[in-house]
Amino acid sequence: MKNMNKQTFAIKGMHCASCVYINEKALKAIPGVTEAVINLTNGKATLSSEAPIEGNKIIDAVKSVGYQAMIENNGTLDEKIKVEKAKELKDLRVKVTVSLFLGSLIVWGSFPGIMEVAPTLFKNYYFQFVLAAIVQFWAGYDLYKAAISSLRHRIANMDTLVVIGTTVAFLYSIFVTFFPKFFMNLKIEAMPYFDVSTVIIGLILLGRYLEAKAKAGTGEAIKKLIGLQAKTARVIRNNKEIDISIDEVVTGDLIRVRPGEKIPVDGVIIEGESAIDESMVTGESMPSSKYKGDTVIGATMNKSGSFVYKATKVGKDTLLAQIIKLVEEAQGSKAPIQRLADIISSYFVPIVIMLAISTFVGWYVFGSNPVFINAMLRSIAVLIIACPCAMGLATPTAIMVGTGIGAQHGILIKDAESLETAHKVNTIIFDKTGTLTNGKPEVTDVLLKSNIKDQISKIQIKNQEGLIQLAASIEKLSEHPLGEAIVKKAEKEKLQLIKVNRFKSLTGKGVEGVVNEKKVYVGRLLKSDSFADGENLKKQGKTVVYVYIEDKLSGLIAIADTIKESAKEAILTLNKMGIETAMITGDNAQTANAIAKQVGIRQENVFAEVMPEDKEKKVRELQSREQRFLFRTVAMVGDGINDAPALAAADVGIAMGSGTDVAIEAAGITLVNKNLMSVVSAIQLSKKTMKTIKLNLFWAFAYNVVLIPVAMIGWISPILASGAMAFSSISVVTNSLLLKKAKI
Amino acid sequence: MDKIIVSFFGVVSILFTYWFFFMKRIDTVRAEGTVNILVDGGYKPDRISIPYGQTTKLVFKRKDSSACLEEVVLADFKVRKYLVLNEKTEIEINPTKKGEFDFSCGMGMFHGKLIVK
Repeated sequence: MKNMNKQTFAIKGMHCASCVYINEKALKAIPGVTEAVINLTNGKATLSSEAPIEGNKIIDAVKSVGYQAMIENNGTLDEKIKVEKAKELKDLRVKVTVSLFLGSLIVWGSFPGIMEVAPTLFKNYYFQFVLAAIVQFWAGYDLYKAAISSLRHRIANMDTLVVIGTTVAFLYSIFVTFFPKFFMNLKIEAMPYFDVSTVIIGLILLGRYLEAKAKAGTGEAIKKLIGLQAKTARVIRNNKEIDISIDEVVTGDLIRVRPGEKIPVDGVIIEGESAIDESMVTGESMPSSKYKGDTVIGATMNKSGSFVYKATKVGKDTLLAQIIKLVEEAQGSKAPIQRLADIISSYFVPIVIMLAISTFVGWYVFGSNPVFINAMLRSIAVLIIACPCAMGLATPTAIMVGTGIGAQHGILIKDAESLETAHKVNTIIFDKTGTLTNGKPEVTDVLLKSNIKDQISKIQIKNQEGLIQLAASIEKLSEHPLGEAIVKKAEKEKLQLIKVNRFKSLTGKGVEGVVNEKKVYVGRLLKSDSFADGENLKKQGKTVVYVYIEDKLSGLIAIADTIKESAKEAILTLNKMGIETAMITGDNAQTANAIAKQVGIRQENVFAEVMPEDKEKKVRELQSREQRFLFRTVAMVGDGINDAPALAAADVGIAMGSGTDVAIEAAGITLVNKNLMSVVSAIQLSKKTMKTIKLNLFWAFAYNVVLIPVAMIGWISPILASGAMAFSSISVVTNSLLLKKAKI
Repeated sequence: MDKIIVSFFGVVSILFTYWFFFMKRIDTVRAEGTVNILVDGGYKPDRISIPYGQTTKLVFKRKDSSACLEEVVLADFKVRKYLVLNEKTEIEINPTKKGEFDFSCGMGMFHGKLIVK
């Protein structure tokens, strides 16, 4: 059951169980179909087969029993491509088998050492001619067709070389077969070379076949992404839950998702909670807990709970659709490194033809006897060994695989150029808030003033929790982000808030109110007081608020933006890779330095109090700073909310988190998840892809540069040349596919 | 004597090859709105002048069964598209830069040019 293929389509006119039976029987009768299942309720049939079945075959089969298969325009583009590719591979397989089989018969009958034991028929030149003609014109038909239509455009390609090479060998052999005396008079042994023409075509086609199979693997990632999409959604309309096709879901639809089901489109949870595995889209391996109000991503997997959510993005607006579009675009772009290969390959084939002519002349004029045969075989070897395909495949196949595996890890690469530049990055600037840190202030320390227990008060503050409870009760009424952090802390600790009277917001100072008949103030330190611990916490970059009860300082609460768990490890790994790390922020120097120290960024690389509009300037400044006599290649990592210009100014802009459209537009690389280790992965992906490309290009160039002269000298036979040439392009594609195994 | 003849024809063939492939006259086709491009052993037309800032629809029709031409790449417009045999594939582009932009097959063997004016 390998490579199971499924096709679904509607059948019109069915109304009973026997219709189902008749249609299923008709569909199963189509050659290649392994299973046909029809669902009478929705009128849809699902065919399973090893290879895609052509639309018209299905239509005919259903028509033969009196029904109508609704196959739109013979299926989608993907299906068409699948059908076409399957047909191409099948054709090639047959042609390769036949031509190599016939070729081996000719070789048996003509190769010294084995021809002595061959049946007489195989040694007969006329018999060899018939076999060779079949290979030349039937198996080689497409080669001729392609070569001739190119020549009409005055363009030469791979096919031109193969056609010229094999035609020369074939025509010469015909002459020898039919006019042996002519050659004998010239004192040339009348021996045909049908083995050369047939085996070359066989091997070249074998190379094509293997190449086509391998190349299909390079575009697999995008197919996997497309395959992630859910097919149906269970929407609640008019208080009824109905299953509809994903195309029919509109924004605003309420969708129910049960455990183990795929989330159909993007949206926001309005009821229920669950753990969701988002790894297929974000690359984040841990399932994330989602509650009411949280966003969910289409195509991700609901693990445990059941919930209802409201669709906010459907169709081409969903995150998955955007990812697919981005990957497709990246695969359509060209890496700068490819330019040279492009220029060379556009001159390559005509130059090889000229070299082959020179080889012929050289061997004819200066070579040993029999000069004509030596000259001919050597020039054929030159034509056949030249492999422009390897050069053409070197870069795009690696880019296809690289961008594909990137997407599977939540690393979206905008274009091949960004992927190429990223491997040269030697300095990375991180935006602080929301990138290195979680971007949400949290309570980090709660301290009580030592004399607090002496206070005789109705409000007994026995411990830190008490202080939080009191402060949170008042802050609940303020709308300050720092206050929100305190309230959150109280909620987390499950503390009951107390009723507050006479709440007052004191601008620039803090808030106050009456709790349990006592005046409570939360805010800045009042002039007359001092609190040594508070100063220490400030030095660590934290914001400190003080709590006063009845005008007496009772304690303090320190609030800070916490660093991401992955930050330390990411910075350390980058530094180990020899990449300098820097931080940029609008925050004050004290906070900035404290965060930098925690994550491991050196003090001199901290740029604090930089206004959003100046971030771009800082990036440019760093770019112009030399490092080991070279200008730096700078990457900027940010969330894109106010640093889009800086992302665009950097050599490689890396946008983190689900990212705004602006950020994706400005960034060269977008990271779907918020894990900073993805930055490391992105750089590593770039390095590995570039290594593959360089190895491919080196191989492709070295192969031609070394082996064309070798063939000109005459060290390699035409048959061996065709084997080498087939191997050459396959090895490039295989090397690109090896990238899939790379650890990033 | 035969060596001289072979050498002479060799030189002539090399010159012919050079002339045939490298010195061809290229016509530029002016297009507005829609342009049909036949894909058969290359692109016809292969030098197309299109207007700046306007959407142009390139309609590729592949008649060549060779796998070489199965994909078309417009790298500057970030498009890589599979061309289904004997069918029309439409690609819409809206150039925002002036200049010459290459388009090619998936492996960069066959080329064409878009000239944005």
